[in-house]
Amino acid sequence: MTAIQIIFILSALVILGAAVMVVSTKNLVHAALYLVATLFGVAVLFALLDATFLTVVQVVVYIGAIAILFIFAIMLTRREMRDQGEQLNGGWGAAALIGLLTFGGLFLLLGNWRGFGATAAALPSGFDGVVELGTALVSTDAFVLPFEVASVLLLAALIGAVYVAGTKK
Amino acid sequence: MIPLSWYLILAAALFSVGLFGVLARKNAIAILLGVELMLNAVNINLVAFWRYGSLASIAGQVFAIIVFAVAAAEVAVGLGLVISVYRRRNTVVADELDLMKW
Repeated sequence: MTAIQIIFILSALVILGAAVMVVSTKNLVHAALYLVATLFGVAVLFALLDATFLTVVQVVVYIGAIAILFIFAIMLTRREMRDQGEQLNGGWGAAALIGLLTFGGLFLLLGNWRGFGATAAALPSGFDGVVELGTALVSTDAFVLPFEVASVLLLAALIGAVYVAGTKK
Repeated sequence: MIPLSWYLILAAALFSVGLFGVLARKNAIAILLGVELMLNAVNINLVAFWRYGSLASIAGQVFAIIVFAVAAAEVAVGLGLVISVYRRRNTVVADELDLMKW
């Protein structure tokens, strides 16, 4: 067992343990903090996969912005949803069954796929993932259109969120 | 070296946990937390397929960035809706939001 594999297993344990706490803990603020732990674990996986830019984006955007937004929303709506009391609805048994079936189905499906045990090729020398990604995002024969559409989507979501959540006189 | 299967199994497990959260949680914000878990599972898969497939085509990472943008938009609008509903109906329990039920 190499060091890389040990790092993977540790971060996988953190991800899954924290994810289970996100969906099961009664205190919503704790749930949001466990989500931060999960996101950090995923950032470690991105680093293991040599996706350096995505590692930084995961920490800055996901943890720095989205998780904090969640904590703000939880604090703004806290009065109504007490920390005690049942947090799961009556159909949680069926939900757990659906979750298990989804995992089993995905596992069977992937197990029969011949690329399942593939190993990664070594990075070619001089390969810079950030340069490749940046070039692909702005080059006209690659992904400039989806990139621009995503920015329009973000602007629309921003305006929509301000309109929906704002107070009307 | 880590085989691709480890990443895929981890992402499948994370997706299933997120799915359980979306289906079983009462609080609307907790449902959005479950959606975030599912989106992260998808991102792990996308980046793993990029790394274990052809490195020259960067599409996997670009798609992951688009997922980031969509997740940010979804959270902004979703939490805006939750706060707006909380102001009008004083609840964030999904079961009690039955205004459009017939």
